[in-house]
Parts: sequence; C-alpha cells; structure tokens
Amino acid sequence: MKAETPRPAGSGFGEAIMVPVRLAMGLVDAPLRWVQRRLGIGGMAAFFLLPNMLIFGIFVLLPFFINFAYSMTGGTALFLDDRTFVGTDQYARLFDCSNYIDPNSCTEDTFWTAVGNTAWFVVLQVTLMILFSLITALILNRELMARSFWRAVFFFPVLLSPVVVGLIWKWILQRQGLLNFALYGFGFEPYTWLNDRNWAFAAAVGVSIWAHMGFYTLILLAGLQAIPKDLYEAAEMDGTRPARAFWRITLPLLMPNLLVVIVLVLIRAVQIFDEVYVLTGGGPGTSTLYLTQYIYETGFATQLRNPGLAAAASILMGMVLVVLTLIQLGLGRSSEKKGSRK
Amino acid sequence: MGHIKLTNVIKSFGAIDVLHGINLEINDGEFVVFVGPSGCGKSTLLRTIAGLEKPTGGDLAIDGKVVNDVAAADRGLAMVFQSYALYPHMSVRQNLAFGLENTRMPQAEIAERIAEAARMLEIEPYLDRRPGQLSGGQRQRVAIGRAIVRRPVAFLLDEPLSNLDAELRGSTRAELAALHARLSATMIYVTHDQVEAMTLADRIVVLRAGRIEQIGTPLELYNRPANRFVAGFIGSPHMNFLEGAVEAVHPQKAVATLVGGHRLEFPVAGATIETGSRITLGVRPQHISLGSGENSIPAKIRLVEALGSETVLHADVAGQKILVVAPGQHDLSPGLDISLSLSTAPIHLFNEKGLRL
Amino acid sequence: MSRIAAFIFRRKGRNGWHWTDIVTWIWLVGGLLIMFGPAVWLVGSSFKSPAALAEFPPTILPYVTQKATVEGYDKPLDLYDATLPDGSKAVLAEVRRIGVISQMVDPEKPGEIIKVNISQRTPVRTMAFATTNYTEPFTQFDFVRYLWNSVFVTVTATLITLVVNSMAAFALSKYEFRGRTFAMLLILATLMVPLSVIMVPLYSIVSALGLFNNLWGVILPTVATPTGVFILRQYMLTIPDELIDAARMDKASEWQIYWRIVLPLTAPALAVLAIFSVVWRWNDFLWPLIVLSRKELYTLQVGLSIYSGELNVQWHFILAMTVVTMIPVVLVFIFLQRFITTGIAGTGLK
Ligand SMILES: Nc1ncnc2c1ncn2[C@@H]1O[C@H](COP(=O)(O)OP(=O)(O)OP(=O)(O)O)[C@@H](O)[C@H]1O
Ligand SMILES: [Mg+2]
Repeated sequence: MKAETPRPAGSGFGEAIMVPVRLAMGLVDAPLRWVQRRLGIGGMAAFFLLPNMLIFGIFVLLPFFINFAYSMTGGTALFLDDRTFVGTDQYARLFDCSNYIDPNSCTEDTFWTAVGNTAWFVVLQVTLMILFSLITALILNRELMARSFWRAVFFFPVLLSPVVVGLIWKWILQRQGLLNFALYGFGFEPYTWLNDRNWAFAAAVGVSIWAHMGFYTLILLAGLQAIPKDLYEAAEMDGTRPARAFWRITLPLLMPNLLVVIVLVLIRAVQIFDEVYVLTGGGPGTSTLYLTQYIYETGFATQLRNPGLAAAASILMGMVLVVLTLIQLGLGRSSEKKGSRK
Repeated sequence: MGHIKLTNVIKSFGAIDVLHGINLEINDGEFVVFVGPSGCGKSTLLRTIAGLEKPTGGDLAIDGKVVNDVAAADRGLAMVFQSYALYPHMSVRQNLAFGLENTRMPQAEIAERIAEAARMLEIEPYLDRRPGQLSGGQRQRVAIGRAIVRRPVAFLLDEPLSNLDAELRGSTRAELAALHARLSATMIYVTHDQVEAMTLADRIVVLRAGRIEQIGTPLELYNRPANRFVAGFIGSPHMNFLEGAVEAVHPQKAVATLVGGHRLEFPVAGATIETGSRITLGVRPQHISLGSGENSIPAKIRLVEALGSETVLHADVAGQKILVVAPGQHDLSPGLDISLSLSTAPIHLFNEKGLRL
Repeated sequence: MSRIAAFIFRRKGRNGWHWTDIVTWIWLVGGLLIMFGPAVWLVGSSFKSPAALAEFPPTILPYVTQKATVEGYDKPLDLYDATLPDGSKAVLAEVRRIGVISQMVDPEKPGEIIKVNISQRTPVRTMAFATTNYTEPFTQFDFVRYLWNSVFVTVTATLITLVVNSMAAFALSKYEFRGRTFAMLLILATLMVPLSVIMVPLYSIVSALGLFNNLWGVILPTVATPTGVFILRQYMLTIPDELIDAARMDKASEWQIYWRIVLPLTAPALAVLAIFSVVWRWNDFLWPLIVLSRKELYTLQVGLSIYSGELNVQWHFILAMTVVTMIPVVLVFIFLQRFITTGIAGTGLK
C-alpha cells in the first residue's frame, strides 16, 4: 500500500456526495480552530483520539471491569445498584459438582455440558479447519488457471452472515433437503440429521468450517506465496522429491503464518455461537449447546435469568481467550520480526 | 519585513540536544545559506524558525516581535521542502491555492496570484495536472510556486535542489538567484552542496553538531576560515592540512618542522605564534604548484586523476596526505617522487585547538 | 472442446498427469460444488411454492401442478395425465382421492366421474417461479422495516466507524504525545474483549444509557474497532510527515489537515475498512438479538432467525428472505472481492 498513488479523478457522483460533506467539514473548521488555539497542536491529538477512546471506554473497558462486579452479585436485577453482593458464590456454583468427571452431577450441569461440547467442538473444528484450509491453500498455490477465480470460490461463504449460513444448511439438512435427495439417489432413506445428537454435532463442526475456511485459506495462501520460488527451484536442482520439499521447505517457512492461523481459529472456535444457534438452536437436547449460548441464555433468554452466573462464566471464558490472544500477539510479533529481517 | 533574529536558541528532542545556543541575525532581503555535515541540525534550525518545532530555550524574533509561541501558520513564512511535499491528491493549481484559501482570500485574487507565479516559474502548462504526473524539476518549481504565492516575509528552503540531477540543479540554481533578486525577500536556504552555498549566499552559516562555527560572506569563509572545520568544509577539493611544530618565529615569517621532518617557511601576517607550539598549516590544493625551488617539499604520488582541464594528484608527504590540483595535463604516474612548491600559496594557520591564528 | 480442456488443464512446465493434478482438480471441482452449491440450492428453492417445497424427492427447478377451474367445482382442481382403464390417455382433473383410487373428471365434460388408480396418473406440471415468496413478506410482514433497520444500522455504523477510527488513527500516526503508546496498547487490549465475554455488563450499560430497544444501542458499541484503527494507522504512517508540515505552513488547521490532506490520501485503506464494516454490520447477529426485543426494531438477521425459529416455519418466506439478506453481501463479493482478499492477505484482519 502506497500513499502516493494519485486517485482516479473524482466521478460526478463522488463529487456530488462531496459537496455536503465539504460544507459540513468547513462549518466544523471554525470552532475547531478556536479549540486548536486553546489546546495547541499537541492538544489536538487528544481531540482526535477522544471519540474513539470514549466509545472504547464506555462500551469495552467499562463493561470489562464491571463484569467482575457482576460475577460477584446475585439475583435477576439488571443494574448493579440493585443487585446483592454474593462474593464468589457464583463461581462456587459453577464449580459445585459431586463428581468431577460427570457433568450431570454438577449444580450447573448445563455449564459443564457447554464446556464439554465446546472443548470437543474446538478440538474437532480446529483440526479439520487447519487441515482443509492448508490443503486448499497448497492447491491454490499451484500453477493454476484462473487462480483468483478458485480463490474466490473458497472465499465466498466467508462473507455470508451466520444467520444465512445457518438457514442455508438447516434447509439442506432437513428431511426434504438436498442431502437426503442426494443420498436417496444411492438408495438411502431420508433422515432428519439435525434431530440426531451426533449428526447435529457433526453438522455444527462442518458448517462452521464451511463458513470460515476461505478466510484462513487466504492467510495461508499469502504465506505460501511469500516463500521465494527459487527455494523450490534449488531443491529441484538438488533432486529433492516434492514430499520432502513440503516437509523441509514449505512447512517450516509457513510455520509463523500457520501458528497465527491456528490461534485465530482457536479463539473463534471457543466463541462459536451464531451459525450453530440458527442451525440447531443448541439441540437436539443440549448436544450442540456451546459456551456463548450458555452465557447468552443464562444472562438473557431464560425466564430464570441469572446475569451474575453468566458474568462468572464469561469471565472464565475470557481468561481462556486472553491467554490465546496473548499467544497470538506474541506470534504475530515474532513473525513480523522474522519478516523484517529478510 | 523579513528580519529574523535568534537569541541563544536551544532545541532538544527528549534527551538528545540538537541545537546548543544559536545566535544569528538575518537581515531583510538577505540570502542566508546554512551548511554543515549531515545531522548537524540544519533542518532542525530551519524548522524551528518556521515554527514546526518549538525551541526548548532562547528567543526567536521576526521583525522585532518574539514569535516563540506563534504558530507556524501565523509567522508569515513559507517553506520549500526537500521532498517538495506537494499534496498528491490535488492538482498543481489546487496545491498553489490551498494556502491562500486558508487565509480566506477572495477567489479572484487567488487566481491572479497563481497566474503570476505560474508565469514567473513557467509552470502554466501543468496547472491542472497532479504532482504525480510531473517530472522532478517541474515538481520542484511547483513547490517554489507554492511558497511564492503566499508572498511570505521570508522563504525557508530545505535542500530544495537535492533531488534534481546535476544539470538541472545548475540551471535551477541560477533561476533561484534570479528569483531572489527579483523578489528581494529574505531567503534561508539549507544545503549540503557548497557550490550552491558559495554561488547563492549573501552570507553562509556553517553549522557543526548544533553549533554555529562561522558566519560570513562566501569569500570571507573561503579566504579567512575561522577554524579548521570551516576551512576543511568550504572549498573543493577540501583544504590540505599539514601538521607540524613551530621552529622559529621571525618578524614577517616563521619556520615550521612538519611531521616527517621537512621544514617549511610561511608568512605570519600579524598572528601571534610561539616557538615550539604545535601548528597546523592549511593549504588549498589549487594553491600548490608542481616544481622545486624555494619553500618546496618532496612528495610521492599515490594516485593521478586526469580531468582534462586539470590534474588532481593524491600524494604523500612523509606520511601526511596531500592533494594537489594542477591546471592542465601532466604526464605523471603513481610511485613517482615529485617536489611541491608552496612559495606563492596563501597559508592558513591553525593552533592545536583548530582555531585560526 | 478438447482444445478448451487442454487450455484449462494446462500446467506449466510439465507434461502428463501426476496424481497431484488429479487431486487438485477433484478438490477444486468438489470445492466449487460444496461452496456454491448450497447457496444456489437456496436461491432455487426460494422460488418454489410451499407445495413444491414439501415434496420429496425435490425437483431441481421450481415446478407447480397445473390447475383448472371446472364447472360445478368451487376450487380449481389439479390436472393429471391419467391412463384410463381402457388404456387410453387423457388430461383429467382430480376431484378427490379415496385410498389408492382417485376420482377424476374431464374438464370438458364435468358431469362424469372417472375412477383412476393413483399409480396410473402423474401431475401435469409447468415451471413457475413463486415470486409471491418475495413480495408477500414485504407487504404482509415487517420485512420492509427489517430491511430498513439493517440498512440504517449498516450505513450509520460504517460512517461513524470511518470517521472515529480515522481520527484516532490520525492522532496515533501523526502526533507525538505522552501516552501514545499507552493508547495503542489500550486499543490493542480491546482485541481480547470480544462481545461474548462482556455481553452481560454491556447490556446493562446500554440499558442505562437508554439505548435498549434502540438501533443506536446496536450501532454505538461496534463503531470503535481496533482493527479499523490499525489498518488506517498503518496506512497513514506511509504519508510523509513533510506533507503535514507543508499544510501547517499553508495555514491549514489541524482539522483541515485531517480531512483535506490525510483523509483523501488514506482513501484506499478507508475503502477497505468501509467494505469490511458494511459486511460486519450487515451480518451482526448476537448483539442485535440482545438489544432489540421489539419486533419493529429487528434487523434482517434477527427477524430471519426469529421467524425461522418459530414452530410452524414458513420455509418459502424464510428462504426468499434469506436470499434478500444475502444480496448485498453477494454484490460486495462480486464487485469488491479483490479488495477484500488483498486486504485480508495484507493485514490479516478478520
Ligand atoms: N524528531 C526528532 N526526534 C529526535 N531526534 C531528531 C528529530 N529530528 C531530528 N533529530 C536529530 O537531530 C539531529 C539533527 O537533525 P537534522 O534533520 O536537523 O539534521 P540535518 O543537518 O538537516 O541533516 P541532513 O543534512 O542529513 O538533512 C540528528 O541527529 C537527528 O537524528
Ligand atoms: Mg535536513
């Protein structure tokens, strides 16, 4: 990205839009000149930063901190003032189990079901996601006709909204759906896949991979394309077989990108909610109930909502995410350094 | 209308002190050039005058008013940047108009000023192009034009020619001189190039490591450099320095023994010199002639650069390097022993601290 | 044909097929079917009438059974190609069905009932697009409102995002001030606080501000995106500082420098952020679901998911509205895909 490339001359439409904008910006200028005289040029930096910081402060930092307060209170009241302080009771409740191996023995058995489901989901989804996106990236990195077309093919679902994704697949997986139609051709009886605990879980994993794979493929592909071609040519001159070239050249050089992608996938898998919620609603039973849905339903949706408990659960989830994000930032930093050393 | 006075101006960036007490007075209409090695603080000094940097200490006055706390925009100065800093998304015309529009000048007057500047700088054909569609020289003119239309009390130019090729630099230099004569505005000009400094300046300010080494007209600096640094910095190729000790002092002249044992006579011209003190003799390469005779020293040729009109000899005088520019062509080759005559050369004397004697 | 195939399957430098080439093409063609297939199926299904949707096995294209108004019967009757007991064929209308026997009439001679075994008749069908799937939700349900809410949220949030984030990026890239690193770290830290972690307290704050059941409650918490600040700042760092000094010498105020010099030069990065913001905000689901509980405030995503979660799902409407919801994103995909993919590859932003 270079700043100096001249933009194409403004079209008529663009110019038309710019007229009121220019007017508004011009009107703002006079009072702001006054502000600038009062604050000085350095003070204007604070002015420019202010709106962002305000919004961050109110809608991210403040909630982040009062989340801890929420997790220490009980009752169904919404505002902190009206809530009773219960200390660590909510955490105790989450961890209250008579048998730690069996989620059903816990007071909050749905929480542990959600934790267990999420853990399984993360393991399966992350493994398969990495596998599929890596294979796709490797294939897209070959000498292909119309590579950008194929890249777009795999990227397409990334832009779809989770609701659309959920509905598309709900429609395909239902009794009169496309999947049963396809299997019918091979002589299978129609089956309601989403009413089956195991198939619903598999669908959740599969659909979330379908929806996000293109994104990670793109990052991995960028990493692959950054590997200098002459390395492969040198390897070929040395008589290296392609498989060996993959293990000894591609994989090590792709590792920084791959690690970042793994952590990114992990972070998002832990928070899985939207598309699965639309697809299965967490069912059948609690077989596709994941942590975010547990927090959402505990905090808002059920009749006996318990915001304190939801907050406590969200803090536990947040701790996992913080660790993962720190790892990601660390990885990003180190891969950046490597990049600049070249 | 363009009198600038700096009193003890200090500038530091955090812990780094860049300017250490600059005292300088620039008269109205004067063309002052700042020279000095890279990183000595020329740009910082210029930007401090412009108001883009706030001095850490000292006073800066324009036309008698202290302007330390006046914003850059309100100092009435205009600046030409090394990279030209033309707004890439605006046409040349818009580039020139931008600063005038900010002062709420009527459109008619803006158009008039742009037309005048464009005529003066011959950039009329490109007024509707973007800077990206101009050559380096054209951009440079636009950058100057942007300063001219403002009718500033003083122009500040930071190495405006350094991005041009040698030929263009030469012609633009002449145009700048003509422009200065025509506008008779104060100009402060920063450069690395001493030809620019010598040809353009009314006065040159030589800076080193944030301090002023000498202020003077080009010929003053050339003829009477205040210290070894200025002597070495002004003039091309740079001055030869021969280290030695004073052996004897006579009323009109003195004798020094150079490192390596050769003896050399030199005029003292009023300087106070003590016998036995260490001394540096400065001789410009152009003032040394080939040939033996009175007051000559033997040397060994290391390298011969034949430029056609003149020959540059790199030679060795008992371990000290010496450069000689001899007019015309000479049939000499490395390894040859020759004799260099300094009998007619003006000799600059510097003491142990490098100050002129 | 074979020339075209040779052109498409041409591979540089090598002759003959390696097994990896076969895997490549299976993967690509399979990918094409799996990635686009579901969406195409959705669009196809959205034009089917409710009756056609309930059919199994489904047809690929939308068909409807032809009907005819027959004298003596109030409702239009379904037409069938029937094989009569004597072996001849005729187009008959079905009056009623009893067990495996269908009672039919000839539309020309409505008086006489003909009994046909149901295995002896097939419906007369023509292709028809049930466009009412699209028009009815807009006229009878609140989908116009939902659409408007979605557009309002998307456009407003994107505009605010661009302004607020570019201002912050400008401050963080072109000014030296105390606390700059701190501000950067703060923004970076917010990457660690996704919605799912703070939804409970955020809900209370939004309520306290009176923004519950208010579209602004959906918009405001989303507009300060750390990713936005970072892409813009990264880009602004490439704008030479001398340009800003030049503008200062040109008597431009800092605000003018921001919007007349820096913003126009940041246009490419702003465009990328704008595209992303549009897609993000259009697709947002969980937060609007929490903040909006009044029907008339639903965004498309919320409305769709609520309707699809009802017991008696009206799939023909849901499918059509899903297609409508998909349209803007598909347009973005078609026209701006290149922008996005290079944006992601360059910045790794999500
Ligand atoms: N913003 C700054 N922060 C810290 N140090 C700075 C800053 N600007 C300049 N300096 C330092 O001040 C010193 C003088 O810089 P300046 O740009 O004035 O040099 P200069 O004489 O113009 O050099 P050149 O001929 O290479 O342009 C340098 O050592 C530089 O590293
Ligand atoms: Mg400089």
